[in-house]
Amino acid sequence: MLRYTLKRLLSLIISLAIASLVIFTVIEVAPGDPASFMLGINAAEDTLAALRAELGLDQPKWQRYLAWVGGMLQGDFGTSYQYRTPVSEMIADRLWVSLPLALYALTLSTLIAFPAGIYAASRRGKASDVGVMGATQIGVAIPNFWFAMILVLIFAINLRWFSAGGFAGWDKGFFAAMKSLTLPAIALALPQAAILARVMRSSLLDVLDEDFMRTARAKGLSRGAALRRHGLRNAMIPVLTILGLQFSFLLAGGIIIEQVFYLPGLGRLIFQSISARDLIVVESVTMLLVFAVITVNFLVDLAYAAVDPRLRARA
Amino acid sequence: MSLLDVQNLSLSIAGTPILRDVSLTLAPGEVVAVTGESGSGKSMTALAVMQLLPSAAVATGNITLDGNDMLALDESTLCTLRGDLVGMVFQEPMTALNPVQTIGAQVGETVRLHRPDLDPKMQAREVLDRVGLDAIPLTRYPHELSGGQRQRVVIAIAIACRPKLLIADEPTTALDVTTQAQILDLLKQLAADDGMGLLMITHDLAVVAEMADRITVMHHGEVVEAGDTPALLANPQHPYTQALLAASDHQVDLPQTQKQAPLLRVQNVVRDYTLPRTRLFVPAGTHRAVDDISFDIKRGERVGLVGESGCGKSTLTRAILGLEPVQRGTITLDGTPVTDPSVRRKMQVVFQDPYGSFNPRHRVARLISEPFHLLDTTPDDREARIAAALTDVGLSPEDAQKYPHQFSGGQRQRLAIARALIIRPELVIFDEAVSALDVSVRAQILDLIADLCRQYDLTYLFISHDLSVVRTITDRVLVMKKGQIVEAGETEQVFTQPAHPYTQTLIEAAPTLPGAA
Repeated sequence: MLRYTLKRLLSLIISLAIASLVIFTVIEVAPGDPASFMLGINAAEDTLAALRAELGLDQPKWQRYLAWVGGMLQGDFGTSYQYRTPVSEMIADRLWVSLPLALYALTLSTLIAFPAGIYAASRRGKASDVGVMGATQIGVAIPNFWFAMILVLIFAINLRWFSAGGFAGWDKGFFAAMKSLTLPAIALALPQAAILARVMRSSLLDVLDEDFMRTARAKGLSRGAALRRHGLRNAMIPVLTILGLQFSFLLAGGIIIEQVFYLPGLGRLIFQSISARDLIVVESVTMLLVFAVITVNFLVDLAYAAVDPRLRARA
Repeated sequence: MSLLDVQNLSLSIAGTPILRDVSLTLAPGEVVAVTGESGSGKSMTALAVMQLLPSAAVATGNITLDGNDMLALDESTLCTLRGDLVGMVFQEPMTALNPVQTIGAQVGETVRLHRPDLDPKMQAREVLDRVGLDAIPLTRYPHELSGGQRQRVVIAIAIACRPKLLIADEPTTALDVTTQAQILDLLKQLAADDGMGLLMITHDLAVVAEMADRITVMHHGEVVEAGDTPALLANPQHPYTQALLAASDHQVDLPQTQKQAPLLRVQNVVRDYTLPRTRLFVPAGTHRAVDDISFDIKRGERVGLVGESGCGKSTLTRAILGLEPVQRGTITLDGTPVTDPSVRRKMQVVFQDPYGSFNPRHRVARLISEPFHLLDTTPDDREARIAAALTDVGLSPEDAQKYPHQFSGGQRQRLAIARALIIRPELVIFDEAVSALDVSVRAQILDLIADLCRQYDLTYLFISHDLSVVRTITDRVLVMKKGQIVEAGETEQVFTQPAHPYTQTLIEAAPTLPGAA
């Protein structure tokens, strides 16, 4: 298990190094000069040169790459071209919204999907299975921004239980902050839950046909107990894969939901920075997201090994 | 007073009748075998006793197990009986265990369910010792064990609470002959020690001949004959039983051929597999799957290759087909290395699984004419050749327009042979080609191969774990163990006077019907 972990860790570091190179190259190669963007098209050439020097844009590319990576390792992501504030601060502010939102949505989605998927699988072919699967079909089909607006309409405008948008801030207390994240989390979680429930069901159904489930029944376990004790863990590998993908998506892909609820999250930050050619912010946020995705994959790999002893042995 | 009494059991699944008026009894301590070919309903009879039938199954009649009316009991009562009063062992030891739980947990679970007052760990240890796994720690996972060891674990799960009845459904079909002999001994021993009734479900009459007190023969969901083993085997009454016995010990009439110059030459072949690296800077180890093997197959010769799983016969076969690189040595067909593409058209292979080896969406004409791709030009008389190939294997030319699913297992194996022979290869390789077939079908396919020998002077390499088949269908046999050929010689000679101890073990372990040579 230790060797497996070390191996995965090594592959994580290599992936990060390659990703940083690719991100840096792509963004540097993309047309558009941040200095002229910041100063406007009428700026004098010497002013532009001075600003480029200040931003470090006049240095050779490899030096800028090393400076960028070195800075990130120390938590220094540089200074935003647009706002002239440290990128690390901007990201930290946004991360405090996006990360809890993603975790909140993921928790909700898991809490809905696992019982729904298990229930449907244990009642395969019966009316309740068809019902649950029909509901998930709708859940997959509904666009989350539309669902978000319906939530706002019902719970914010009609019932007035929640505010229609904005983020209360963590300084207002945990519950106030969580309350303002609740509607967005539900809007994000529902389609994810629908997908996850379907994966859970089909994965469980595959396992239910396995020979060892018959062995479990032959030793005297009831259908339900056999499913819980022998089926679930074997069905977890595809479910974990989807969970990992969903978390990565929720962290950055909530941009539409952030827009609907007017939340200051990472998705909006990256969108605004791209529009403003704030390359240093785009680079850093992208790198951060890559880091998050690769780390989540690493954790999913560890979870695989925890679930399945055969993977531990193969490493 | 019988332990198990099945009376007039009829069963249908979603309206299709599966069993009709099946009756059988089993006294405490008795070994009863239920035998028959696939589709005879023998496994369904076993599952009916366990009440583990598919949900669409409707059963009528009576199953009384130790005074319990199994068809009338509710599910929760049945759960308390399964694993306690009756245990079951299944065919596939590779998949019958939960891959993510230790064997200790899986054996202990039976104890925990039915004997909550006992310590599951201690009981698991005790019962694993009983099935001969005393050297295996409880913390092992199934993938760390061999097939035979896994089957012992499955047996341990079934007997952990000392049930009065053990049902074993094809318990040794997936195992090697020597392992099979050990598992059969174990089952016999356990039944005798505990006075446990044993209901053996098997297609192999030779297996039950040595074990069962009584035999019930099933065919198409009905019991056709039942009786004491010696009497039934010596004097079968029903025509089906007679046919089954004849097919089990079928001898083909192999024509004599002129043996000419060597066709296939295998010289000092070595195949190493690189093992996964265990340390970063230490060179990875190797596993020698084929260890310095040399032999010739002469034109017109029929050679058998026998050995147990893991002996390297599959690797050797793949190397002969040119699909596996070798580290040392040469394999040539007619003087040309087999890795040369021009050799491909001279060699064809028939595999074990008649279901998996055809693309289900292609018609027969396309499937069996596939080897034409190996020729430089497609022959002009393609249709005529397809018709001829189908006629040769006992099918009709009209079958060319059908799909594989419209054929039975035996017919599919005929198709596979037709596909192999359509370009008149110089060498045919039969890789466990009859192992998945029922005995009566197997007998027909063996006859077909003998017929084709008469017609086309086939040269073939017949790979099988089944010694009785190899004995009748080959002139010469090679016995393989741990990557080496330990014995080679005329088939009859090797079987009657095996020289190598391993060959002797193999022949002794293979179950035989009384009266067979």
